[in-house]
Amino acid sequence: MDHGNVDGLGFLASAPGRGGLLSWIGSTDHKRIGLLYMGCIVFMFFCGSILGMILRLKLMTPGSTLVGPQTYNAMFTLHGVIMIFLVVIPSIPASLGNILLPLQIGAEDVSFPRLNLFSWWLYVLGAVLALVSIFTGTGAPDTGWTFYVPFSERTTTNVSMAVTAVTILGFSSILTGLNFVTTIHRLRAPGMTWTRLPLFVWSLYATAWIQVLATPILGITLALVFAERVLHLGLFDPGRGGDPLLYQHLFWIYSHPAVYIMVLPAMGVISDIIPVFARKNIFGYKMIAFSSLAIAFAGSLVWAHHMFTSGMSDTAVLVFSFLTFIVAIPSAIKVFNWVSTLYKGSISVDPPLLFSLGFIFMFSVGGLTGLVQGSAGTDIHVHDTYFIVGHFHYVIFGGTGLGLFAALHFWLPKIFGRMYDKTVAKLSFWIILAGMNLLYFPMFILGLEGLPRRYYDYLPKYAHGQMLSTVGSWILAVGLVMMFANLYRGIRRGPLAGDNPWGAATLEWTTSSPPPADNFATEPVVTRGPYDFRGVARRD
Amino acid sequence: MTEHRDYAGGKLGMWLFLFTEILLFGGLFLLYAAYLHRYPADFNAGGKQLDVVLGAANTVILITSSFTVAASITALRLGETTRCLWLLAATVALALGFLVNKFFEWSAKFGHGIYPGSEHLMRLPPGENLFFGLYYAMTGLHGLHVLIGATLLTVTAALVRRGRVTQGNFGLLENAGLYWHLVDLVWIFLFPLFYLIA
Repeated sequence: MDHGNVDGLGFLASAPGRGGLLSWIGSTDHKRIGLLYMGCIVFMFFCGSILGMILRLKLMTPGSTLVGPQTYNAMFTLHGVIMIFLVVIPSIPASLGNILLPLQIGAEDVSFPRLNLFSWWLYVLGAVLALVSIFTGTGAPDTGWTFYVPFSERTTTNVSMAVTAVTILGFSSILTGLNFVTTIHRLRAPGMTWTRLPLFVWSLYATAWIQVLATPILGITLALVFAERVLHLGLFDPGRGGDPLLYQHLFWIYSHPAVYIMVLPAMGVISDIIPVFARKNIFGYKMIAFSSLAIAFAGSLVWAHHMFTSGMSDTAVLVFSFLTFIVAIPSAIKVFNWVSTLYKGSISVDPPLLFSLGFIFMFSVGGLTGLVQGSAGTDIHVHDTYFIVGHFHYVIFGGTGLGLFAALHFWLPKIFGRMYDKTVAKLSFWIILAGMNLLYFPMFILGLEGLPRRYYDYLPKYAHGQMLSTVGSWILAVGLVMMFANLYRGIRRGPLAGDNPWGAATLEWTTSSPPPADNFATEPVVTRGPYDFRGVARRD
Repeated sequence: MTEHRDYAGGKLGMWLFLFTEILLFGGLFLLYAAYLHRYPADFNAGGKQLDVVLGAANTVILITSSFTVAASITALRLGETTRCLWLLAATVALALGFLVNKFFEWSAKFGHGIYPGSEHLMRLPPGENLFFGLYYAMTGLHGLHVLIGATLLTVTAALVRRGRVTQGNFGLLENAGLYWHLVDLVWIFLFPLFYLIA
């Protein structure tokens, strides 16, 4: 094994005369911006995880333990705000998407590099405001991450600053989305036709459209919460003629499609990883690409399934229930195609593949339990119980989280030019998978037995499940620490990875690791599809 | 890295951004539609209290400014930089005229006790309160866009003066013009919804 210096360090090395911090936070290089995002997201992930661990610790036994009710409310609110808006939504598109999109389509950079840097600065501003809102004003926000009115209008805690933070984060997301759409349309290398795009790019394309079309609604909705608090317009205040249900409609018009901003890029990652480790062309390329767009489209029509019990006409409930089931079709297309790709493949079980298989398992559990809530009848039973908490953690953490981890294990050798310890990576995967399931599966049972979500205290009959779940959170934490430590160690001191350690056929593997500042020594010309492995060799 | 100039890419990005702006206002239009459906009589009563003449004057001002900004782009493309600058100055002046007009309109309303959260509004029927709530939210957001648009046009004019935006490289001016047309377009919807509904 070669432990020498990475050749020239590519984009990681500072250009002559411009070193230090400024060469990063002022850089318009998409790879540096992507790494800046990644650093911030990992940091925020730790903040959110620690909050989650404390919540689990509090819930381990019934009764008033560890933190008071108000602190508990603030903590689950911030756990949600941080994890949703600062971690999961930007996780794959803003960090790995930024780094890989131009590399995968053979471009030098995104279409608007300065706008890209501006998006990152907006993200930082939003993150700082969100964190400051905890410590200023008359207490940390306690509304839940959904900021439901009328409580969010009335509470004296620092909601105004938190909604401002989320609005700013929304603008950051919009600008990234429009940058990506323009880049994919305008900057593809010669020969990179739409049917030769890597599926990760297709998923980023679908995601970017959701970011552009859905996020402005969130912007205006949260700006209105701010206006309501400061100016008392009365738009959502029943005391002044307004209607709180309209807030829920506007909020979910964005926030349901946002679920697909979270999960589509992860699906794209899986679609890129599986063919590489099965050494087979992906099964049904066009259907996978099409299903990304179909999920983006159909996913935008289902927001009111969050409101089955809020008071809607029976017809509306029926329509939204039906539309919700429609989204299952393109999602299932993807799962079946991944499995079909593995069938009779020449499989090498490396860490990226393991995390991808974990994704498929967790996402399937999360998706199928989603159907329980998509059916109005069963939803009325499980509404606002721990069943919901279990479901969305399976989808969002089990899905997007494992998708992100798979992507890190797959692409970090490309980005940093060094390889982590594969045995430790595999071990950490199994610990994470075990921890996640022990943490979230008991929640399904607890929910079916009627334990409401968000509650500070609970009846003794739920104690058993809560205890199991809390133990799961510790196992998960051990696995996460192990995985991040292994990745960090690999980046710093791992053996050199070479340009194409996995023997992948997409364009980013044809340039050096780490890539040079201009991405490619000469402009690449694409002559074949992204999963055509003829003549591509694995390094080991 | 080489400086790359992608005219079509720039236009595409701007159009996407304009979509997001329309959707931003779209949330408010949705609320307007829902509350108009619920309180048609109150909205009618609210509309009667707005000054149609002032609103119409502002409509004329904005449409004229849309013409001047479009003409400024043509002027630049023909190489007539001075005329372009004059037309841009006229556009910004009209934008400021719009805001001054709006200021007087709002202060008159404030003088009658009609402002968000006022006691007077609380005594009115709920629909009228919502009408004025929407009026301030939507014209306020629009006014903010007028201000941003005027700033954008001023910056663009400065770049035209310095020769950074030229006959052969007019993308920025065209995009600023597109933005200004959006501001105009939104007002064309706001005017009948608030002033002519009575």
